[in-house]
Order: sequence, then C-alpha cells, then structure tokens
Amino acid sequence: MENSEPASLAPSENYRSANLWLEALRNLRHSPSALIGSAVIGALVIIAVFAPAFATHDPIQTMIGVPGETGRLPSKPPCIPLLGCEEPQHILGLDLNARDLYSRVIFGTRTSLSVGVITISLSILVGTALGISAGYMGGRVDNVIMRLMDVVLAFPALLLAISIVTILGPGLTNALLGITITFIPQYARLSRASVLSIKEQEFIIAEQALGASPLRIVLAHILPNAITPIIVQGTLGVGTAILDAAALSFLGLGAQPPTPEWGQILSESRNYLFTSPHLVFFPGFAIMITVLGFNLLGDGMRDALDPRLNRS
Amino acid sequence: MLKFVLRRLTFSIPVLIGILLVTFILARAIPGDPCLAVLGERATEEICETFFRRNGLDQPLPAQLLIYMRNFLGGDLGDSLRFHRPVMELLVDRLPTTVELGFFALLFAISVGVPVGVLSAYRHKSALDVGTMIGANIGVSMPVFWLGLMLAYLFAVLLKDTPFALPPSGRLTPGANPEPFYLVAGWYAEGEEPLGILRFFSRIHTLNAVLTLNGELLIDALRHLILPAVAVGTIPLAIIARMSRSSVLEVLNQDYVRTARAKGLREHVVVGKHALKNAMLPVITVIGLNFGLVISGAVLTETIFSLTGVGRTLVDSITSRDYTLVQGFTVVIAAGFVIINMVVDILYGYLDPRIRFN
Repeated sequence: MENSEPASLAPSENYRSANLWLEALRNLRHSPSALIGSAVIGALVIIAVFAPAFATHDPIQTMIGVPGETGRLPSKPPCIPLLGCEEPQHILGLDLNARDLYSRVIFGTRTSLSVGVITISLSILVGTALGISAGYMGGRVDNVIMRLMDVVLAFPALLLAISIVTILGPGLTNALLGITITFIPQYARLSRASVLSIKEQEFIIAEQALGASPLRIVLAHILPNAITPIIVQGTLGVGTAILDAAALSFLGLGAQPPTPEWGQILSESRNYLFTSPHLVFFPGFAIMITVLGFNLLGDGMRDALDPRLNRS
Repeated sequence: MLKFVLRRLTFSIPVLIGILLVTFILARAIPGDPCLAVLGERATEEICETFFRRNGLDQPLPAQLLIYMRNFLGGDLGDSLRFHRPVMELLVDRLPTTVELGFFALLFAISVGVPVGVLSAYRHKSALDVGTMIGANIGVSMPVFWLGLMLAYLFAVLLKDTPFALPPSGRLTPGANPEPFYLVAGWYAEGEEPLGILRFFSRIHTLNAVLTLNGELLIDALRHLILPAVAVGTIPLAIIARMSRSSVLEVLNQDYVRTARAKGLREHVVVGKHALKNAMLPVITVIGLNFGLVISGAVLTETIFSLTGVGRTLVDSITSRDYTLVQGFTVVIAAGFVIINMVVDILYGYLDPRIRFN
C-alpha cells in the first residue's frame, strides 16, 4: 500500500507536522509554567531592548560631583518610595563606585540575555552540525566526533569553561566561547540520536533513491524532524548559560568592569556583603528571575512538544 | 556482572586518555614562553635552554606527550609556579576541604531531596506537591555564589545573636589546631612525615574528629560546614527532588503496584518496598550526574566562605597564571569525575540487570 502511492507521502507529512506545531502551541497556552516563563522572558526582553528608557542614570557614570546629587558616600542603601523613602533619586541605591545600582541592573539585562541566547545559538549550530554529520555519515566520522564529545562531557562544565578562559584570557567574548564549547556535546548527542532514528525510515530511503543530495536530505527532512528536542533543550540551556556566564564574571573571568553585568556587579561588591547587602541582593535576584523564566518556559515546552506526555 | 564491569572500564580508558590529551593541548596552547613564565622575564637564553632540556620541552611534541603521560601515571603533576611546591602535594593539602564540602552537600541534597520528592509524588497535586515543584524550580535557578552570600548574611548578620547564628567563613574556629588521628593513635611521632594518604584523611576535619573521638571538634567543623554545604547542595537538591517525584509518580501508576495494593498489602509496604525500589534507579543516575555540579559549586563557594580547597586554589591560580597547577588540578578533577560516573554506571548495572545485558 505504502509503496503504491509514494507521491502522497510528502503532503501528509507536512499536514502532520503543521498539526504538531499547532497542537504544541495549544498545549503551551494551557501550561501555567510556560505562560509564566514567557511573561517573564517577554518582560526582560522589553527591559533589555528599551534599557535606556527604563534606566534613570548612565550605568557607568559615577555620581561624585554630579550636580543635583546629595554628595553622600557611595554604597548608599536603597531608597524605595513605596517604603516611605523621600529621596527617590536612586531606587536601589548607589554601588561602591557611586554608580546608580538600579540602572546597572537594568543594563545588565542586555548583557545576560544576549550572552545566554548567543551561547546557546552557537552551540546548537555547531553541535547540531556535528551530531547530524556523525549520525548521517556513521563509521569513522561518527566515532571521532562522538568520542571527542565524550571527552568534553568528561569535564565538569564550569571547570572546562574556566580552563578555556584561562588560555584565551579573561573577557566576555572568551567566556562566551568557553561556555559555548561546554554546551556543544548536548546538542551533538541529541541531533545524532534523532538522525539515527530517522535515517533508516522509508521516506529518507525514497529520497535517496530519487537522487536527492545528502545536503538536501539533511536540510529538508532530517533537520525538521530532529529540531523539537533541540528547541526544548536550548530553552533550558539559556538559563544554565546565563548562570555559567554570571559565575565566570563573578570569578573575574567574564565581563570586565565597568560593564554592567550581574555576575560582575556581585563580584565587585561581595566583600561589602556585611555592610551593604543590597549591592549583592539585587543583581543576584535578577539572575535568578531570568534563569527561572527560561527554566519555566523550557519545562512547559517539553510538556507541550513531547507527544508521549500529551494530555488526551 | 564481571563482564559488564570490564566493558565499562574499557569504555572509560579512551575518555581518560582523551582528558590527558586535551589538557596537554590546552597547556601547549597557552600563549607566551613557558620558560619566561616560570623563571621570570630576566631568564637568559642559556638558562632557558637548560630549563627546556630538564623539562623535556626540547623534545618533539609526541615525545613530550609521552613524558607527560608517564609523569601523570607516576603521580607527578609538576611543580606549581606560584607555590614552588609539587602540585600533587598541594592537592593532598587542599582536596580534603573540597571532598568534605562535596560529601556534605550531596548528603544534604539526597537526605532532603529524596524524601521530599517521594512525598510530593505520593501526595500528587497536594499543596506539598505544588510547593515542592515551585521550590525546586527556584532552587535550580539560583546562582550558587549568590545563595552562599545570602546565607552568610542571614546566619552571620541577621541571626547573629540568636542560637541559629553560624560562622560565615573558614573550616574551624580560628586558633583551633586539631591533632591528626595518626598522632593521637601513636602511629607517628611529632614531626615525622606521615604517608600522604593519612595526611589527606586527617585533613578531613569531621572524619578526623570522629577518629580521635573529639566531639567538640566535630561540632565546630559541622557548624562551619552547614552554610557552604547548603549553598552547594541546593541545586542538586532541587534536581534530585524533581527526579524522585517524577520517577515515583511513574512507578505508582504501574500494574504491579496496583496488584500489590489489590492483594491487600499495607500502603507503606506498597510504597516503601515495591514502588521505591524501582523508582530509585533513575535517581541514582541523577545523583551521579550531580557530582559535576558539586565540583562547580565548590569552585564558587570556597571563594565565598574562605575555604582553602581545590576550587579556590584553582581560581586564585588562574589570576596568577600558575599553569602547571591549573593543568594538574583540572586533570585530577576531570579524571575523578570520569571514575565517579563509571562507579555510578556500574552500580546502576548492578541494581538493574536490564542495563547489564543490553
């Protein structure tokens, strides 16, 4: 039966895949964690894009000698109007260099979000390319690539990132590169597993028989079928990447001062924890909320896109 | 079983060789002249030549790799550029702090995470279950270093004058100088150099306190461990709780559990004996995977709580460009990580025969 109507295979595949995405979207709408996660991420993206509008001050300008400033000592405690503070100039107070902490945290959103998204996009790109090549070509290529991935996975992620940044030198770009490398194996393994399960299926064999090039088969048939778990894993990965980047900056290996980056702000003020705890509290809280947003969305997406968990 | 263990062992060997290879390449990729880095900018060409010859750096790369592997297998990780001491000796000095911290962090994560996960699965969709899931989500999203700092502020500043106050730094109260168990037992005289392994275990304060029956020391060491262990253990705790919950949920819906209930077994026997045994299998794997998190956590928390462990030494060495130390510590930690994962896999194969025979 199946062999008698090969032409009808493609449209039915399309129909099914469109249905899958629609259904996933419907499931997402009913998942509280996905809704909360998207709301948090949406708000953060708006804050990041319009950071200058949200910030009250220049994030790297010190307030010493600035007209209109009260000239108080740095690391002023937060002044929250809702709590009865009458001087709402600096909502979260000033940091140790007399910079407006609120504006620094707001601008930090830009750094953290972009680091998270860029790292994961890069590792998905490289990891998927490696995984698909390994799975599709098999044999020696597969062996070499996957053993290499095993070795990368053998290192605790943060430790490997630290080693890489040690060699490349501290800085946000190098930290980003270090973290990217630690994430590649996940996506290589995922995409390889998908390729292996798809490549022996009849519609792929039919394409090969029709003379389609390997590139076309990979791009048009294998990739769309392998992408779902990668998207889910990627969403969860953004949170982890943000945490790792903040950790590297906290250790002095990532963003360098005066860049407003949450881990870096924490690192600058950690020795003043006992006198100015607010300098440590707010940037850390911002990291937590951001990572929580991506984790919630990722969890929701996993439930929505995994047909096995489908609520009937 | 033996066949399975052997197969798993042979699988680990290429990974271990890979680790050595990667660290070797990474160390060679460091920009700059190693001679000038070790001996200082003023080293002359002649001195450098001797240095290269002595360290085998005048040999071709493959020969250097062989020397490096031979030294590693012989326990020689080279000398630290900053401390001017063998890296191995530093490791024996500082690893106990990290091992102790990691042990208590995992103990905290497992002893809280598993019961909470099991209970919330058993009371599926109850307030406890919802609370656990929210707590677990927040737990995995918290930066370890931030949690550590917040705990330090809470217990050392806000609760300072209450019985809950805890010390925010160090491993013991300053001035405490515990006597190592090998001296108490009379195995060595004062001033004698003990075996490295004995020195290693004596530096795990809680173990040393138990071995020397020193209750005061044990309490002091434990009080110092609580905050860092909770900070390091929170993410693993959240992951373990989630895993236990979903694993128990899955098992509770299976036919054999229904059969056990149908034949009139008491609920605690059904859950405790029949369901838990199978549900704990995936949890063991997750616990194994958490070792990496514990190591990363230790790197970050040791700095915060002024603990002179492997993590803090590693971070400090990076800023002072002590490459031999970074390389040596990284290799040993990664190798330890591989071995722990192997043990977890073997344990898993022992508990679940299906794994062994596939």
